[in-house]
Order: sequence, then structure tokens, then C-alpha cells
Amino acid sequence: MTDQFLYAVEVMINGLMAGVLYALVALGFVLIFKASGIFNYAQGVLALFAALTLVGLQQGQIPFAHLINAVLGTEVTHFGWHLPAAVAIVLTIGVMIVLAILIERFILKHLVNQEPIILFMATIGLAYFLEGLGDIMWGSDIKTMDVGLPQGASVWIEDNSAWLGGDGFYGFFVDKLDIVAALVAAVLVISLMIFSQYSKQGRALRAVADDHQAALSVGISLRFIWVLVWSIAGFVALVAGIMWGTKSGVQFSLSLIALKALPVLMLGGFTSIPGAIVGGLIIGVGEKLFEFTIGPMVGGATENWFAYVLALVFLVFRPQGLFGEKIIERV
Amino acid sequence: MNMVSHEPYVTEDGRTIGGVLMELKNITLRFGGVVAIKDISFDVREGEIRAIIGPNGAGKSSMLNIISGFYTPSEGEVWFEGHKRPQMRPFRVAQQGIARTFQNIALFQGMSTLDNMMTGRITRMNAGLMAQALWWGKAEREESEHRAAVEKIIDFLEIQHIRKTPVGRLPYGLQKRVELGRALAAEPRLLLLDEPMAGMNVEEKEDMSRFILDVNDEFGTTIVLIEHDMGVVMDLSDRVVVMDYGKKIGDGPPEEVRANQDVIDAYLGVSHD
Repeated sequence: MTDQFLYAVEVMINGLMAGVLYALVALGFVLIFKASGIFNYAQGVLALFAALTLVGLQQGQIPFAHLINAVLGTEVTHFGWHLPAAVAIVLTIGVMIVLAILIERFILKHLVNQEPIILFMATIGLAYFLEGLGDIMWGSDIKTMDVGLPQGASVWIEDNSAWLGGDGFYGFFVDKLDIVAALVAAVLVISLMIFSQYSKQGRALRAVADDHQAALSVGISLRFIWVLVWSIAGFVALVAGIMWGTKSGVQFSLSLIALKALPVLMLGGFTSIPGAIVGGLIIGVGEKLFEFTIGPMVGGATENWFAYVLALVFLVFRPQGLFGEKIIERV
Repeated sequence: MNMVSHEPYVTEDGRTIGGVLMELKNITLRFGGVVAIKDISFDVREGEIRAIIGPNGAGKSSMLNIISGFYTPSEGEVWFEGHKRPQMRPFRVAQQGIARTFQNIALFQGMSTLDNMMTGRITRMNAGLMAQALWWGKAEREESEHRAAVEKIIDFLEIQHIRKTPVGRLPYGLQKRVELGRALAAEPRLLLLDEPMAGMNVEEKEDMSRFILDVNDEFGTTIVLIEHDMGVVMDLSDRVVVMDYGKKIGDGPPEEVRANQDVIDAYLGVSHD
């Protein structure tokens, strides 16, 4: 095997891993879209907010410290304790559930039976509100996230793949964090699929997405389902926030990765959980391989636009995405 | 037959009609300045088929929406199983054992017939979220019990061949039947049917009539139905409420109602359409 080929394989593996991270964000979008037909623009910010909260709680940061100091003239910043990662994660899940309840209570409840575009606009508002809230609560500096996930190159994989190439080849470079992310994503997807296919709430969730009136008539509480689905979306956002945060630090550009989820969704279909994963993987591998092979010829930076072009091509041939529900139109 | 008495009695075809299951007292419904229903009272007895008829715009569907909780009456009381019902959201009404179908079919278009009917069982599923996550075996057993109940209804309605078909692809008549099936899956105390035969051809109407009679006969389900077609109603129902312009103009067994002059006027006299 030539080294060139082995490098391509390595690029592909890393593309797969990057794809998993895209997929994690896309998953949150799919969940909310499935349950309420809303494209939740705030999903990326939700991930940012979850990550900020987690780091803040873990490091014992006092929320609204700047505000408190400005108003009261004090100099407080930290509580002085350091929480174990597990405790901080559980507390953050609690915060995300409370957030879901507040979102239902103050936004969704008042927008029942409104056009999807109205709900979409509401989520844009929510996104910027949450971004501002996160800033005021936890400050705007870049933070490192450390919840004890392994990081750095997996030596085992490097050692055991070195024999594939010649003298200049030292084995595949794979980040351990990426492997963890892939495992977590797999577990998450499988449990979400089982939940949505076989549990009472999962079925209710699909019912609400399909027809509000009919859902009410079979005894489903719309409000409970909305709180539930936003809580799950918040949890998925937390997982995505942990992975992205550990990889590249908790910073406000985290909310922009949400935009990369868009082509993933176009590819996989807005309504399919496995679609989000497969779409993420295709985009991840596609853009890395494209950059590796074609990039040098066109001056690089193809990763910025490749995903969108790929999604556009897909839209032409399969508007419902790879796994989306077939669009049935009776005339 | 004495309608004032609430003693149980046996009909000519051998079904037992019990005491009062639901009573509507002086119901009035206004939308802004428009009065959709004006001071209407009637009761529904256990085991009977009760029809509400009347010309277009008489307020029949509004009445059904009040019973199922989609509308809140401006005045008046709804009594169910001997208790006055507080103002209630539709999903709570469903949980109390009142199932319904809609005039314009409200099915979950993207789901299969089977899944649609399984949603009908939601009010009967007990396992909570955590229990389902932690105690998989129990949830699984519960699921298969519900599945068995639904399969029985599928057999009953003769829709085995479309079990896995997304309902959006089914012809209109079959969709109506699936919607009836979803309501039946809840094993309701009271079944509300809003124009179950609207838009059907003669053959489909006959099928649907047969199913309605069989549901009532075999499961003992109490049924309130709205129908446009006088002929169908007269054949099916034990007692009929006739509405016109939001008011009650007749109430009683079909043969009595048919002879009522107000009813004849409403239907044959001046056209309201």
C-alpha cells in the first residue's frame, strides 16, 4: 500500500470522527423538528449554553458575577469550590430541564397552532436571547472544559497500524476523544430510536408532530410532550457541548457549528434520527476527502463550502433527504 | 317507551340500555356575538346510540366539540358519570374515556394504520418514562398486551390488509375506518362520531353502519353520532336530538322525531343552506 493511499484512509477516519460531532448537533435539530415541526435555530446556542453552564458549575463560578459586582460594587467571582464532573453534569441536566419548562411556558404555549415560520422566528429570538444570557451569566472568555474524557492520539491505534506503510508511515493518527464521541453518539442514537419507536412517550411525540388536534383527541398533553422533547434536545445539546467544548474550548463560536448541521440535515432528512448520523458522517468524510484531494488544486479552504454544495446536489434529487419520510402528495 | 324514566330497559333487539351516562344541562355557546348553541339540554344513556341531526350550521359539531372538551361552553354544565365536569382540556377528556372521530379525518398521516391505532391506547398505558427506561421487560409485556387489543379491533374492522400502510396513502373510506379503529382502541366509555359517513358511497355507508351497530352491540359502547343523512340516522339510533339554528327542536325515538312538525319544516321547509 502506498503512503498516499494510507494518508487518504487516515483523512477518511478523521472525517468520520468529525462527522460524528456534526451529527450530534444535527440530532438535536431532528428531535425538535420531529416532535413539533419547528426548525430550532437555537439548537447550537443550546449546546453552547449547556457547555458554559457545565464549566461554570464545575469551577464554582458565580452566575451573573459581573452584574452583581457592577450593581453591588463587590468583587466576587467564584464560590471557591470545585465540583466533580459527574455532579456538575447532573446539575446541568437539571438546568436544561428547567430551561425546557421555561421555554414551553413563556414561548411555545403562546404560539400553539401558529404557522411554522412564526415558531422558527421565535427560535431565532431564543437563540440570541440565550447567547446573551450565557454571556451575562458566565462571562465571555474562552474556557477549557475538562470532564475527564481521554484526549490526544491513541497510541494503540498508531502502533498497530504502523506496519501497514513504509518507513515514513507511523500509523494512523486518531484522537481518543473522537472515539469516545463516536461511542457516545452510537449509544445516544440507539436509545433515542428505541425510545421513539417503542415507548408510550415516543409514540405520543410522533403523534404530536403529525397532528395536534388528533393528538389531543387520543389523550396526549401537548405541553408535557413539548417540555419532554425540549429537555431531551437540551440533553443532546449538553452532550454535543461537552464533546465540542473538550475538543476546541468553550467559546461563543460554538453556536456557529449549528450552521454545519444544516447541510447534515438536508442530506439525512429532517425527520430521521439515523439520517442525522449518516448525514453527519457523509459530510465529515466528504469535506475532509475533498479538501485532501481537490483542495490543493483550488487553493484550499474548501471545507467552508463543500458541505453546502453537497447538500444542494442532494436536494435536487432527493428533497426529503436520505432517510426522511417520503413526501406524499395526494392530488 | 317512557323517556322521562331512567330505569334500565331492554330494546326490541335485545340490548340493555342503562342509566344516564352523560347529561348536558342548558348549554349555550357563543363566539363573540354569534350564538352557535342556545340553551340546549339532553342526556345520553349507557349503551344507547344517540344521534344529533340537523341542517348545515345547526351547531351539531360545536355540540360534539363541547362534549370532547375542544370548546368550553359559555353557559351550562356537562355531567359525566354522575359528576359535574370542571372545565377540561381535550386530552383530559380523552383520559376520562371519551374518544372521538372528526368530520375531516384527523389521523396521523405519516404513521401506519397499526401505529395510528396504537396511539389510541395511550390513555391506557401505565408504565412511566423512568419505568420504561429501567424496567424494560415490564414495558415490553405491556406493549404486547396493547398490541393484542389493537389486533382484535383490526380484525373486527376488517383492515388486516392495510396494517402496515401509512394512512396518508389510503382511500378516504378506509381512512374513516382507521379513525374509528383508533377511537375504539381506547375502549371508550363514550364514543363520539362526527359524520362517520360523510363523503362515502352507498356501499361504504352500509359497511360503516354495520360497524357502528356491531360496536354498540358487541362492546356495549355508548355512541353519540352526528349525521346529515336522515335515513341512516333513523336506522341506527335509539334516540335522536334535532338541532336547527343552534336550538333543539326535537328529541326522542326516531319514529317520534320523524313525525315532529318542526323537524319536517327544518328539513323540508325553508332551505337554510
